Amino acid sequence: MTATKPIDHARRTVLAGLGTLALGLVPVLPAGATPEKMAAAIAAFTGGAVPVPGKMMLEVASLVDNGNTVPITVRVDSPMTASDYVAAIALFNERNPDPGIAVFTLGARAGKADVSTRIRMATSQKLVAVARMGDNSFRMHSADVVVALAACIEGEA
Amino acid sequence: MARALVHMPAFARRGAVIEIRALIGHPMEIGYRPGADGKVLGRDIIRRFTCRYNGEIVFAAELQQAIAANPYIAFYTRALETGSLEFTWEGDSGFAHAETMPITVTG
Repeated sequence: MTATKPIDHARRTVLAGLGTLALGLVPVLPAGATPEKMAAAIAAFTGGAVPVPGKMMLEVASLVDNGNTVPITVRVDSPMTASDYVAAIALFNERNPDPGIAVFTLGARAGKADVSTRIRMATSQKLVAVARMGDNSFRMHSADVVVALAACIEGEA
Repeated sequence: MARALVHMPAFARRGAVIEIRALIGHPMEIGYRPGADGKVLGRDIIRRFTCRYNGEIVFAAELQQAIAANPYIAFYTRALETGSLEFTWEGDSGFAHAETMPITVTG
């Protein structure tokens, strides 16, 4: 055994520099939604009331090939009369850049509480639909969706 | 000028619940993606969709970036009187589009 070489600090410096450089190259992604942020967004929509699960349906495929357009349908069990109707339906997610998706305003005139649209999903996550009824009570239904191809990642072609 | 398509029945019985499907061509740019030059593209989305039945708002939607490009919204309303339904889309950088569809209510 020969005498140990002095530790090559230059190599460490270079490695640390590379690390910093790599950090600098990471694309600036917006602070993503988290389950906590989604809970906060839902609380903001309900005004703090806790929505009761059930009596409504969030229909979405459990396995989605392309997160850029995910068809979803929300149905609420309601006779849609002047005394018992759905006032609004809000959609939330927990892993997109922003926890909110959309808020639909309905009313007794709608005749049927049934709204369909197409959304983007950045990754596999839970979706939550919350309905505000005419008497200011809240219902909810959630669905877990697995996404194969994520939206919101690739730049413009 | 955006292209919009609205599908709904032209005739309905009084009190019937009709389905309305509205689609509009729009990129719904989320404001987080880099463009071809590497710079982040500014947000450009439709913020609000409104459906008025003879002037009265019967359905509205507040949209966010999580709504897919070319926003499609399907909903229902009750056919109460003959007249027209007006659909408006409003968005970032002054985007505005309106469509009007006539409806004849019988019975």
